[in-house]
Amino acid sequence: MPRNVRDVVFVDGVRTPFGKAGPKGIYHETRADDLVIACIRELMRRNPSLPPARVDEVAIAATTQIGDQGLTIGRTAALLAGLPREVPGYAIDRMCAGAMTAVTTAAGGIAFGAYDVVVAGGVEHMGRHPMGEGADPNPRIISEQLVDPSALVMGNTAENIHDRFPQLTKERADRFAVGSQEKAAKAYADNLIQPDLVPVAARSVEQGWGLATADEPMRPGTTLEGLAALKTPFRPHGRVTAGNAAGLNDGATACLLAAEDTARELGLPIKMRLVQFAFAGVEPEVMGIGPVPATEKALERAGLSIDDIGLFELNEAFAVQVLSFLDHYKIADDDPRVNKYGGAIAFGHPLASSGVRLMTQLARQFEAHPEVRYGLTSMCIGLGMGGTVIWENPNWTGADADATTAGANSEGNDK
Amino acid sequence: MSDLTRLAAEVFPDELVSHFPVRVLDLPNGAGKFALITIDNGFDHTKPNTFGPAGLAELGAAIDTIEALAAAGDIVAAGVTGKPFIFAVGADLKGVEKVTDRGHAHAIGKAGHDTFKRLTALSVPTFAFYNGAAMGGGVEIGLACTYRTISTAVPAFSLPECFLGLVPGWGGCVLLPNLIGPDNAVTVIIENALNQNRQLNGPKAFKLGIADALVDSADFLARSLVWAGKVVSGEIVVERPEIDRGAGWDAAVARGRAIADSKVHGASPAPYRALEIIDAARDGDVQAGFDAEDDALADLIMGDELRAGLYSFNLVQKRAKRPAGAPDRKLARPVTKVGVVGAGLMASQLALLFARRLRVPVVLTDIDQERVDKGVGYVHDEVDKLLLRGRVSADAANRLKALVTGSLTKDAFADADFVIEAVFEEMAVKQQVFAEVEAVVSPTCVLATNTSSLSITEMASKLAHPERVVGFHFFNPVAVLPLLEIVRAEQTDDGALATAFAVSKQLKKTSVLVKDAPAFVVNRVLTRFLGEVLAAVDEGTPIEVADNALAPLGLPMSPMVLLELVGPAIAAHVGGTLHGAFPDRFGVSPNLERVVKAGKRSFLTWASGAQEVDPEVVALLEVGDSPSTEEQVRDRALAALADEIDRMLEEGVVAAPQDIDLCMITGAGWPFHLGGITPYLDRAGVTEKTLGKRFLPAGTASVPR
Repeated sequence: MPRNVRDVVFVDGVRTPFGKAGPKGIYHETRADDLVIACIRELMRRNPSLPPARVDEVAIAATTQIGDQGLTIGRTAALLAGLPREVPGYAIDRMCAGAMTAVTTAAGGIAFGAYDVVVAGGVEHMGRHPMGEGADPNPRIISEQLVDPSALVMGNTAENIHDRFPQLTKERADRFAVGSQEKAAKAYADNLIQPDLVPVAARSVEQGWGLATADEPMRPGTTLEGLAALKTPFRPHGRVTAGNAAGLNDGATACLLAAEDTARELGLPIKMRLVQFAFAGVEPEVMGIGPVPATEKALERAGLSIDDIGLFELNEAFAVQVLSFLDHYKIADDDPRVNKYGGAIAFGHPLASSGVRLMTQLARQFEAHPEVRYGLTSMCIGLGMGGTVIWENPNWTGADADATTAGANSEGNDK
Repeated sequence: MSDLTRLAAEVFPDELVSHFPVRVLDLPNGAGKFALITIDNGFDHTKPNTFGPAGLAELGAAIDTIEALAAAGDIVAAGVTGKPFIFAVGADLKGVEKVTDRGHAHAIGKAGHDTFKRLTALSVPTFAFYNGAAMGGGVEIGLACTYRTISTAVPAFSLPECFLGLVPGWGGCVLLPNLIGPDNAVTVIIENALNQNRQLNGPKAFKLGIADALVDSADFLARSLVWAGKVVSGEIVVERPEIDRGAGWDAAVARGRAIADSKVHGASPAPYRALEIIDAARDGDVQAGFDAEDDALADLIMGDELRAGLYSFNLVQKRAKRPAGAPDRKLARPVTKVGVVGAGLMASQLALLFARRLRVPVVLTDIDQERVDKGVGYVHDEVDKLLLRGRVSADAANRLKALVTGSLTKDAFADADFVIEAVFEEMAVKQQVFAEVEAVVSPTCVLATNTSSLSITEMASKLAHPERVVGFHFFNPVAVLPLLEIVRAEQTDDGALATAFAVSKQLKKTSVLVKDAPAFVVNRVLTRFLGEVLAAVDEGTPIEVADNALAPLGLPMSPMVLLELVGPAIAAHVGGTLHGAFPDRFGVSPNLERVVKAGKRSFLTWASGAQEVDPEVVALLEVGDSPSTEEQVRDRALAALADEIDRMLEEGVVAAPQDIDLCMITGAGWPFHLGGITPYLDRAGVTEKTLGKRFLPAGTASVPR
């Protein structure tokens, strides 16, 4: 049977406001599944021309798949969100790149012709499910020194990158973090983030019901001086602090993907077109550099070069690992193409949910930048991996705009 | 506030206090700041939020906060919602039972009004988000708000006050008709309340107009707040229908009166008081209406009718769940298969009930294949009807039909754990049946009988294992009347009895433990009472007069209608049993015998379309020449009731008067608002006059005096 690979498009993406994990966080008494259910419902509400029965799959990622993140969360969330019982779902895990993997895996199914429309997303309630909860690492990891023990603590892997690349100083990391906070605050002020947030009612037994409408972790007004004073919890006199890394957070995301022809048939928006994706492994103890080989691979398969990429959404697990990526590609720390609206250092990084946040933000930027043809979303992944997804901007205005894009690139590089 | 604190300390020391934290949040889409009150008593949904004086004081403090925020311009709106699954289920009635002072009673009503009114008076719009069950004062706090949303998952929504003997007195009678129109308000306040406290759900409450928006449960509160933001910003304008304040209002109140008359026959003042307030509320004078509600609450709280209603409520809600004298539940044996001896109508109804509730195989036996087929066929037809009405799924219908089978031999009972007989009411027949069953079943299989009047001890006496026999007396119609009299015979052991109670619970029946005494409880009480009415007829009292004598009690049906329902032949049979046991008190009415012999099924006829005494029956009667008045018949019947109940308690037929009342409410449909019967007999002075005492101490089902 002859097959045609179908184009896969990103229709729409939403997320909950992200919360701080722990007893003071807004979602401390809110179930993880309810967070992702809110996202799925918002997607369906925002896209009324999509008959719910046309959803062929619900792929939801979570790193710790127990309790309210267990029970095949893609299926349970679909049922609880009110999707028809005929719509199947499954759970997926690739730690921080869970939602990204939900997108790429489901997109593969669309391209293959197995699905027309899918919901892909992720959730992580790090307050209810601390990283590594219930994990049982194989003792061979230690006895055979398969992996440096520091690889299991993400902050240590970030310190290891500082070791490997001495030019990536704490000062550069802190400066990048301040920039992330500033860009995020400006994006909020310009109302660029809020349109893709779904408000979530969150209860506290003591304070009663509240409503999450904005990201809780943000610290606008962060200064270099302030960051310099923070403790370095992973090493004495280290470089990684709570200020230049993403925090521990609760939140969920979801997006709609569709075959391009189905999207057109149903009158669904086409916000991005999937070009290529790749995942790659690196030494687990420097997991943060994973995006580099993943991006190399994706670019190569797409027949593109890094210069073709006009917008970057890089997950800021740690400032230093983003800087290692930028240094590799000789992109300035403050290049305006990179994380235009700020990143995880400001918004937070609820592990398995973050991949779709990157995509949703990239989609917004595509809309505002018709001169940009390609963008990429990339993130590092625990145990030494990286994932990269390259997207095409359907708003791209054609070859005429190439000059502008190139101009913007060089302008950025000059800085 | 000090009034509330005093009320809290003096009258409601055990109040489960609801808390009212206020949280200021941002409405979505930049619509402004919103102050949200959450009603939460700190327990999960099994202990719903209620309002007592201490809670109202906390609510007052929450409103203080909101008033200040509103005055400072810090909020654009305010609202109230509940804890998960529960909004609020109204006033804490435990305290109401203890009120002995009209001043306190009046203060309860006023406290609610004074607090809720402040929500209405706020300078910002207010919203109630009915997220879960809402009743009484819970509904009313929402009525005090400007707007309301309700969740699709709200399972129960009602103003049950008239059912208990109160009026919706924290604004319900005044605000509801002005919101949704008088006819819908009568449906909620009168019709549903008096229809055994029928509940609305979220969609129905929305349809009646109580809520302005119906919001899906999955993200109810968040979407309600989005909706509220749009109302505040003017994006959504809430429109409500015009209300007919003239003839339509009159018609609604008249409909309410007709419903009240048909349900309580004037015997409970509450619905009539509610209707007076609804009637007056058409002029929109809210304060005058609230004052009338306060007065009505004070009067009703200080009246015995409410206390009787609360007494009934506690019987069916609490005592029914922990039957007095039932053995330890742990002694119950599992029931994995049920046998039913007989395949007649009663047996078939039982088979259907067992199959539906226990979901285990049920085997019917009878003496010939035709009867067996008819019995099984009846069950299968009934299952098909359930399927057609959407009460069971196709799979469940297949399962139920497969569960119910027939057999000509009792060998099919070999692995049954519970066998019930519903054969002809004759001792020798029943003994024979039990002997045959015992020959095939295990020694621990429970043998139950649905006899309505035979001695269970005697029925068991010839068995090798008489300790396994229990009485399991259902009331017709089996699917409707909740009562199951569970009879302990002399040799019945705890294991068999515990199993019977466990089965009853699975059948969702209200069970009462009864001693093996003639006709048990309900039939004995009804027969004694009917006997007096029939005796009056025998003596020459016109049937209409005798039949009308008990009207002031508000019984569900008159004696003659009851007689028709039971059937004169069965009434005569039970009467015969009781006459045999207690010939002094249970006479044999020669006229009843004549009616039975003539094959008449009633003393009444509806041939003309209205209820009339059947002239053919009148022609059959031979009566004396000493007629009584209605009052005389009533006095005599009530005195006989008091006498019989006293004897039953003396004999230990049941543990307490409460059990008699529970039986009469759930087995004969006797009025909830009378507390069954003993509170009424006490209140009317019948017990005192007849027995020189009371059944219940003053303060139980009555205002302590």
